[in-house]
Amino acid sequence: MDESVVQDVLGLYEEKIDKSDLSAKEKSALKKSLKDRYTNMYYDCGEAIGVIAAQSISEPATQTTLRSYHRAAGIGLNITQGLPRILEIFDARKEPVTPAMKIYLQKEFNTKEKAIKIAASIKETNLKHIMTLDSLDLGNMTVEVELDKKLIEKLSIEPDKIVSAVKRKIKNLNGSIEGNKIIFEINKDKVTVKDLQTLRFKLREVHVKGIKGITHCIVEKTSNEFVLYTLGSNLIKVSKIEGIDISRMKSNNIFEIVETLGIEAARTTIVSEITDTLRGQGVDTDVRHLLLVADTMTQSGDIQAIGRYGLSGSKSSVLARANFEETIKHLVDAAVHGLSDELNGIVENVMIGKTARVGTGLVEVVMKTQETPVKVVKEKKE
Amino acid sequence: MSEVYVNGYFAGEHDKPLELVKALIEKRRVNKLPETMNVAYHVDKDEVQINVDSGRVRRPLVVVNNGVALLTVDMGEKLKKGEISWADILKKNIVEYLDAEEEENAYIAVSREELTSEHTHMELDGILILGVAASVLVFPEKNRGDRLNYGSRMAVQSIGIPLQNFLMRDDTTYNVLVYPQVPIVRTDSMDAIGLESHPSGHNLVIAVSTYYGYNVEDALIVNKASLERGIGRSVAFRSFVTEFRRYWGGQEDEVCIPDASVKGYRSEEDYSNLDEQGIIEIESKVPAGSVLVGKISPLRFLGVAKEIKMGLQNFRDNSLTVSNGNDGIVEKVVLTSDSEGNKILSVVVRDTKIPEVGDKMATRHGQKGVIGLVVPEEDMPFTADGIVPDIIVNPHAMPSRMTVGQLLEIVAGKVGALAAERINGSIFCGKEDNIRTELKSLGFRDDGKETLYNGITSEKMEVPILTGITYYYRLYHLVSKKIHARSKGPVALMTKQPTEGRSKEGGLRLGEMEKDCFIAHGAPITLRERFGSDKVSIPICKTCGVVAVEDHIKNKKYCPLCKNEAIVNVEMAYAFKLMLDELKSLLIYPQIIPENS
Repeated sequence: MDESVVQDVLGLYEEKIDKSDLSAKEKSALKKSLKDRYTNMYYDCGEAIGVIAAQSISEPATQTTLRSYHRAAGIGLNITQGLPRILEIFDARKEPVTPAMKIYLQKEFNTKEKAIKIAASIKETNLKHIMTLDSLDLGNMTVEVELDKKLIEKLSIEPDKIVSAVKRKIKNLNGSIEGNKIIFEINKDKVTVKDLQTLRFKLREVHVKGIKGITHCIVEKTSNEFVLYTLGSNLIKVSKIEGIDISRMKSNNIFEIVETLGIEAARTTIVSEITDTLRGQGVDTDVRHLLLVADTMTQSGDIQAIGRYGLSGSKSSVLARANFEETIKHLVDAAVHGLSDELNGIVENVMIGKTARVGTGLVEVVMKTQETPVKVVKEKKE
Repeated sequence: MSEVYVNGYFAGEHDKPLELVKALIEKRRVNKLPETMNVAYHVDKDEVQINVDSGRVRRPLVVVNNGVALLTVDMGEKLKKGEISWADILKKNIVEYLDAEEEENAYIAVSREELTSEHTHMELDGILILGVAASVLVFPEKNRGDRLNYGSRMAVQSIGIPLQNFLMRDDTTYNVLVYPQVPIVRTDSMDAIGLESHPSGHNLVIAVSTYYGYNVEDALIVNKASLERGIGRSVAFRSFVTEFRRYWGGQEDEVCIPDASVKGYRSEEDYSNLDEQGIIEIESKVPAGSVLVGKISPLRFLGVAKEIKMGLQNFRDNSLTVSNGNDGIVEKVVLTSDSEGNKILSVVVRDTKIPEVGDKMATRHGQKGVIGLVVPEEDMPFTADGIVPDIIVNPHAMPSRMTVGQLLEIVAGKVGALAAERINGSIFCGKEDNIRTELKSLGFRDDGKETLYNGITSEKMEVPILTGITYYYRLYHLVSKKIHARSKGPVALMTKQPTEGRSKEGGLRLGEMEKDCFIAHGAPITLRERFGSDKVSIPICKTCGVVAVEDHIKNKKYCPLCKNEAIVNVEMAYAFKLMLDELKSLLIYPQIIPENS
């Protein structure tokens, strides 16, 4: 073991120990016991840490399987929990079933009013959300949209902004505001009823305010500040909104994190997401197992799933891959390319009945049968 | 407009579905529509379903009119006496049959007392809210629902008298309880179901107590003398069948005592119990592996020409033998024939099974247990009257499972035994207070507890212990049919790995997950040893990497491909060699490259 590593880690505590009001003897004893504990925690050479990590995660997971798939997260948002969520992470699915974000605010924006305002600017608002009625005026061949006045004021949306948003989205259109109504007219010679009908459905989906894909945004007060919870995730767009504390912004969409914040952030997210879901099921797994999983998943600089198309599928041994899944594919592939198996892994050796190179199988007795003993005897005599 | 369906097919629409349903039912009740018609209105789907087709399960209910049941108490009495018939009552529409759909619209009272003007029907009897399986349970209303589930599920596994003509039959396996008893605490439906004539258990004197730790975790302590008196004793029958076939060329199977020249001849002793026809004598003891019917069949493959000419070994021994763990005494031999006219011989072997440590027993309250110790009667606790319990269950079985019904059955059984009467334990019929007062009037404590004395030291026990009578089933999970261990034994021909299953004296599988445990412990050498059951040493050609040939006559090894004699022996799992062979059959050429070549 590298002594400098031990020193580095212990250095974090040395200062505190030195400052404390212990006697010199006690201090050195404490340092020694700390060092011993640290060195004792090292895995032994040849220990099958992967298998231990897998068992440490999967055994408790089997007990949580039958518990509820979805659980309300206390604030009315349904976020995937339990085993489905763990599978989602380990399988490295591109998009989680329920992407979600947790957004903290900067100090000067940490009031209820401002938080609600920011939430309103984040939540996706379409025309259909802010209108009370849309109808076809067949006499004038127009579409009338009646707006929800209270809601518009609450979200501070101005009617002309709606018109311009609609115009951006749908071409050849005129909109005029008449009190609470907006009347849309199609710039066309012959307008049919069918045109109006399709326009009506198009209008409903026009994006007016907020960030696309974020369907919910809820403000909640924690012990000392306001936090926003969202359903739907968009790190880039949310980070551009004023008043948001970017450094503490969280998302559960790991692939999005890789793209925006990089692989290290993704690794941290994998660990924290699994810890949180496991803890939510009442399971307390040692972080180091999860760190190992997260490290192996991210070691290539990209997220690799644990499974057929990820880590297990990229093992170097033909036999190990064939043993896992898609046996025929791997064997035929190996035959076509004339691959050979060096029999270094565990599964291959178990298959052919050889001692696997782990644990006690790692060491072999090497003994010089002739020279050494004779020499030793001679030296002693002289 | 709600939709109207007849027998599931759309028939039309109607404005006022409720009135339609009402009108149809009224017409049915004046016999203007068939009695087999059922109508239901589904509020959620807003549709009327009228059914007159076959295959609907229907049950009888008393019609209630303005809170008054049409079946009066008086009529019920007359019905019992046979003065009026069931058909009369049906004809008068006092009782009608509802199917599951119409039942959804009905408001059914369970008893006469709870009738209100809103009720549309009344149960003929409270027990009818239960199905067949649940209605045999006593005091079900005092137990938790899941216990009733377990209880009725275990009643199915009980050994009893399933058929009364069992001596005439030759089913593959069947168990019959010796001298079964009808339960002291009964239910009303038992007679109708047939359990009065086919009972499946015994009334046992039970004490709820501990006994030196031998009844922890639901184990049972059983009195040895009770077993000797015949408690839970059963007879297991098993039949062994052999068929006599005809083959091409006029050859056929033959019953006889095989000649010593027959291929696969056992030994003279093995055939000694057979009569001159080659069939086992009735009432002879047959240990596992012994011959029941001597039978010879023609050889499947012809042998060397010399042997055929000499008429030697033209037959092989194909005798019927007792399979492993099914030894016993021959009950009877049945000779019949199958549909193709082939002769069939079926030998029924019987074995008396006395309950032993490891056998399973259960009450009607889902309280199952395995016998943990058989105690001589003199060591069992006893009451002041000298009553010794047959069975001792651990009190820990009660609080978490909350089977209050069982406690009540113990007390009620005691009352029944003392007063020489059967107690009705049907749902809503058992009244705790009545049972208690009756027990008190018989001169016992009303809670059923008694002072017991230690059977070994004869010391008085400090705490009074609940003793009474409970009906116990013996379940057909017998240890003697399950116990299994193996050190060395038979291997499968193809893989050279140990066989699987108790009947083939197989090994216990060390599976994928167990394998992972060995690796997690860092013990691959132990793992190799455990997986080494099919270890073989195979000659491999150093140049081709293919399995070589070992010629024992010339005492040399050579490669079948390159005729090279540079061969090494490689140790591997036979299953792996098999896989290499299979790969070769797929035109994949796997090479083994030894390390030092």
